[in-house]
Amino acid sequence: MDLLFSILESTIRAATPLMLAALAGLFSERSGVVDISLEGKILFAAFASASAAYVSGSPWVGMLAGMGVAVMLAMVHGFVSVTYNGNQLISGMAINIIASGLTPVLGLAWFQQGGNTPQLESEMRFREIHWPGEEMMQNVPVLGQFYNHILSGHSIIVYMTIVIIPVVTWFIYRSRFGLRVRAVGENPHAADTAGVSVAKIRYTALFWGGLLCGLAGTYLSVYQTGSFIREMSAGKGFLALAALIFGKWRPVPAVIGCLLFAFFDAIQIRLEGVALPIVGEVPSQFIQVIPYVLTVLLMAGFVGRATAPKAIGVPFVKSR
Amino acid sequence: MKFGQPSTLPRWAQLTVLPLLNLIAALAITALVVWAIGEDPWECMKLLVGGAFGYGEGIGYTLFYTTGYIFTGLAVAAAFHAGLFNIGGEGQVYIAGLGVTLACYAFDGILPAPILIPITLIASMAFGAAWAYLPGYLQAKRGSHVVVTTIMFNYIAAALMGYLFNRVLMEKGGTNTATREFAQAAWMPSFQHMGSWFGLELPNTPLNASLFIALICCVLFWKVVWHSKWGFELRTTGTNEHAAKYAGISVSKVVIVAMCFSGALAGLAAVNEVLGSTHRMNMTFTNGIGFVGIAVALMGRNHPVGIVLSALLFGALTQGGLDLSLDKPNITREMIIFIQGLIILFCGALENLFEPFIAPLFKRKS
Repeated sequence: MDLLFSILESTIRAATPLMLAALAGLFSERSGVVDISLEGKILFAAFASASAAYVSGSPWVGMLAGMGVAVMLAMVHGFVSVTYNGNQLISGMAINIIASGLTPVLGLAWFQQGGNTPQLESEMRFREIHWPGEEMMQNVPVLGQFYNHILSGHSIIVYMTIVIIPVVTWFIYRSRFGLRVRAVGENPHAADTAGVSVAKIRYTALFWGGLLCGLAGTYLSVYQTGSFIREMSAGKGFLALAALIFGKWRPVPAVIGCLLFAFFDAIQIRLEGVALPIVGEVPSQFIQVIPYVLTVLLMAGFVGRATAPKAIGVPFVKSR
Repeated sequence: MKFGQPSTLPRWAQLTVLPLLNLIAALAITALVVWAIGEDPWECMKLLVGGAFGYGEGIGYTLFYTTGYIFTGLAVAAAFHAGLFNIGGEGQVYIAGLGVTLACYAFDGILPAPILIPITLIASMAFGAAWAYLPGYLQAKRGSHVVVTTIMFNYIAAALMGYLFNRVLMEKGGTNTATREFAQAAWMPSFQHMGSWFGLELPNTPLNASLFIALICCVLFWKVVWHSKWGFELRTTGTNEHAAKYAGISVSKVVIVAMCFSGALAGLAAVNEVLGSTHRMNMTFTNGIGFVGIAVALMGRNHPVGIVLSALLFGALTQGGLDLSLDKPNITREMIIFIQGLIILFCGALENLFEPFIAPLFKRKS
């Protein structure tokens, strides 16, 4: 039982940045802009937030900086995809490469620690929030473990994410803006005819996506490790993209995909070197690779058809 | 200003002036960053060029890197001509390295070099092509986007190779995650070695005969893409899939074959690294070479001549950058990755950015 709850606890921790990034991708891709630059935005935001938190001494300033930088990158992507009608895939790729090159360069120049940022003091980083009565619950079976491991003891960003998920779902399906985002992603010409500015909606969607990526990056550096480490995003952006496809571009299934991937991650660490009955020891690489293989299978339509927004990746040129 | 319109510039200007302006823009931003971290951009530029071309060893290393980039650049371009964006070069090179290793493990004690080396070349191409085949097949038959599947395949290749290195391939008692050293018969003749045939004394660098293979590939690429029936089908599919289908071209076949062609070219980069330089495969031998190929192809506008030139540029950046990072501890080799990213952004995503500014210059003349 203890093992189960500690696995679930790590699942929540690992899923948080994935869920934020997947929701960021949701905004962008639902508006018709392919976003493979989630990875780069998370990485750069992690660097910016750790640097700003270190210099200012406040994790909140770090969070703002992380969001600001991720939004800036999103706007670069917006310029290419929306204003310039350029290739969105290439733009996304370029942003990823720029982030992975520039962060260690700036890190080394500013902090002289091999491209990483200095370890943040405890008041500079987000800490775990312990709910009242943890000790009392310690002795209650099951419920106590649920309270202590699942509900209590997470960073503020985890709780923010739990609020953000329903808000984004509502935003996409029920709000005026969400309706327009979906319209622009499915049929920009129709939306344009109806008097909606395709460019404005796409830029706004990218803006919100940038904010969420910024939060994901902040979570990694200002909470989880307490410093920026090179390449610390380690494929999380692509995993989030995979979860988005897994969820067929819908918020709640995408979030479930993230939780599933994070769960694999959590059990993979536990299974390292453990011999299981029947199959024996499972190499960790086999479990690591599950999300990627699942995505390929899903995209191939073996698990169910994943239908992308119709106008995804297609630049909008106003028709006459 | 109107973006995304068909170009009105003469073709030669499109192929030379625009990439040059894009390159200058990328270097200008780099110079700003260099200046911002407290170094002198001009001095760094001189160190970089000196490191790449200033002395024999530097030139050797520059050309060695160039060789690998030509292969991956051609690979990306091959897919591009069919309208496909192959981000999977990294994984394809990795798996091709496995092919080379298996061929060497099987035959390197038995066969002489003239038979063994062609076998390793074929193995590298076959493994690279096989790893690209699946994304190609899925794109053609199942409509799954090749960009996302190739990204996933890069991760799957990394996990697979991680497993193989840990369990199977690693040399017994070795300290590095690497295979055993291959027998000399499997070594690609180095330039130093080939120079000695003609009595030349060349510096000791990993530059090897793969460079010739790369140049032959360029010629073959040009022949196949622009002067064969299949190349015509390839380019038609890339330009307008619907028209191609209407004209009776089997689009799905073109897509699958194009991806295999692309993967086979990428695979050859493994030969340059594994048999040309380290003579064993180690865990991190690909080192981003597949991603540089994207920049090389975009900068070279998917033409072999452009690809050779831009591969040379990136080879020089890699070698010069390594030298620069030794002289200037404040500038790491990641600066080169940053420049690659900028070049991909300007030459790929914003390729005609400066056209509205220079178009009037050309109009007045004609």
